Amino acid sequence: MTVQAWTFLLVAASFALYIGIAIWSRASTTKEFYVAGGGVSPLANGMATAADWMSAASFISMAGLISFMGYDGTVYLMGWTGGYVLLALCLAPYLRKYGAFTVPDFVGDRYYSQFARVVAVVCAIFISFTYVAGQMRGVGIVFGRFLEVDIDTGVYIGMAIVFFYAVLGGMKGITYTQVAQYCVLIFAYLVPAIFLSLMITGNPVPQFGLGGTDTDSGMALLDRLNGLHQELGFSAYTSGTKSMLDVFFITAALMVGTAGLPHVIIRFYTVPRVRDARLSVGYALVFIALLYTTAPALAVFARTNLINSVSETAYSDVPEWFTNWEVTGLLSFDDVNGDGRIQFTGPASATPNELTVDRDIMVLANPEIAGLPDWVVGLVAAGGLAAALSTAAGLLLVVSSAVSHDLLKRSFMPTITEKGELLAARVSAGVAVVVAGYFGIHPPGFVAQVVAFAFGLAASSFFPVIILGIFSRRTTREGAILGMITGVTLTASYIVYFTLMHPELSNADHWWFGISPEGFGTVGMLVNFVITMTVSRFTPEPPAHVRVLVELIRIPRGAGEAHEISA
Amino acid sequence: MMEQPSVSGPEVTARHAEYWRRNIRYMGTLLAIWFVVSFGFGILLVEPLNAIRIPGTGFPLGFWFAQQGSIYVFVVLIFVYVRLMNGLDREFGVEEGERA
Repeated sequence: MTVQAWTFLLVAASFALYIGIAIWSRASTTKEFYVAGGGVSPLANGMATAADWMSAASFISMAGLISFMGYDGTVYLMGWTGGYVLLALCLAPYLRKYGAFTVPDFVGDRYYSQFARVVAVVCAIFISFTYVAGQMRGVGIVFGRFLEVDIDTGVYIGMAIVFFYAVLGGMKGITYTQVAQYCVLIFAYLVPAIFLSLMITGNPVPQFGLGGTDTDSGMALLDRLNGLHQELGFSAYTSGTKSMLDVFFITAALMVGTAGLPHVIIRFYTVPRVRDARLSVGYALVFIALLYTTAPALAVFARTNLINSVSETAYSDVPEWFTNWEVTGLLSFDDVNGDGRIQFTGPASATPNELTVDRDIMVLANPEIAGLPDWVVGLVAAGGLAAALSTAAGLLLVVSSAVSHDLLKRSFMPTITEKGELLAARVSAGVAVVVAGYFGIHPPGFVAQVVAFAFGLAASSFFPVIILGIFSRRTTREGAILGMITGVTLTASYIVYFTLMHPELSNADHWWFGISPEGFGTVGMLVNFVITMTVSRFTPEPPAHVRVLVELIRIPRGAGEAHEISA
Repeated sequence: MMEQPSVSGPEVTARHAEYWRRNIRYMGTLLAIWFVVSFGFGILLVEPLNAIRIPGTGFPLGFWFAQQGSIYVFVVLIFVYVRLMNGLDREFGVEEGERA
């Protein structure tokens, strides 16, 4: 069978599985639609969270990014895992105890204010849409390369699938398809990593292979790669080039952003009890860590492989994968010195670089670069699609519940019936799919920064007001509203200024204190904390029922299931 | 509507306050470890730690903490917290039933 046939087969089989699950797990009540009925086991929820979390960016781009960034890639590895510790210790159990359906639900009730609720809804929708735009593009890339349809058709197919299970099944459908998608994506990620680890280091466990010996040279693999880097004029792989301060701030922004992302938080509303919420975060991180500890190994294998297979190779002798990817424009060779050979060099080298490799293709091209069997290539395509679709579905649910629950039911149409709300939820999920598809077909120019943007916004809006809402009884409505608005505005302006308006100024000389836009969410978060706490001191105390509410969310007994709260 | 606690009164409130203090203490300790392994070993002290090599492997220690070790520690921290809190819930009689 050809690569093409394997890809069609594996992608079609996985899609059939998702649709089957969607039909089996239809949602018939708003509670099933928003929180899967609140009866998901902690283990299943952990898996679903992992799939929800690991997006096209984690699956397709991350290892590639790390392989170009070396040590600096640490910001993603720690940033996208460390937030789960904050979730387990500071957020998930209390939000589960509170038992709302959405994040704006909690913000609106805890801060006894419709205005706070609406601010939260706007933040939630904005964060989720920025995030989903990147997912749809991921779907397009995978389809474009592997199914050889054009990117637009790829996005339409992706939209149809997501539409089917998100609109039909709501959170219930999404949860169980995500469990299946996790299995597909982790298998697809680990198989090539294990093959490569065996090939390069002789050790089947990639996490050990990373610290193992390069069988070709007999040197430690990391030393070997550092050596190659030095020869070719790149900075040492294990040191990186970002400033320590910037690495610190970016890591913090991603960690805190993780803990403030609505689509992650709502996953912990679906388990039955407070203790399940704690445990479920633990499982989620185990499943995530499986991929996140493999990624840096894959990055090193890919980097070594790439250098070994192209550096100083005659252009006429390049392997087939090189030509395949050249067609997509994601890989290009410009024979500057006209010697017919590929010089792949870094900034410190006297020889000009002649090869441009898009970071996004590293994971997708890896199996071909390493000459792995055809079915592995098809498997990676199915895995990439699983990652992109599962995250897109989770995000779309946040948008739909923000509209049907927070805006209609809780703000503007409190008398809407259960049936009416469910219909509104389905319709808004449908509209959200279409809008997301539009972004996938007409990606905004700043797609690369989009994910960083979403994290910065989540870090600077939700995280501080949720934490203070739980841990400080004295936090008032005025404090929270001002804190959220200032935090988000400051962060958004900084990011927009440097990435959209003046990208040419985006360097350490112009950044405030040398903090890049990616890391600025940390500053926004700190500002939000300071403003919320200061304003709370000078405004009237929260009413008695809110102080009782804070007492109640701190103790597990009587968690109840996720439910409607009469304010 | 969230259930009201079945009993109330000053003793219950005092016990809840004590439960909360213990919870905050566990949290503080675990978050301190979280900070030290990630921001401490993985970022601030990465250069000095890179001078040390994990015996029998090719890992510089700082790089290992940054790209592997911190993630393992994160997982362990959450499970430790789960255990500690399940114990604390029982000790203070605020644990949940088989089904909420």
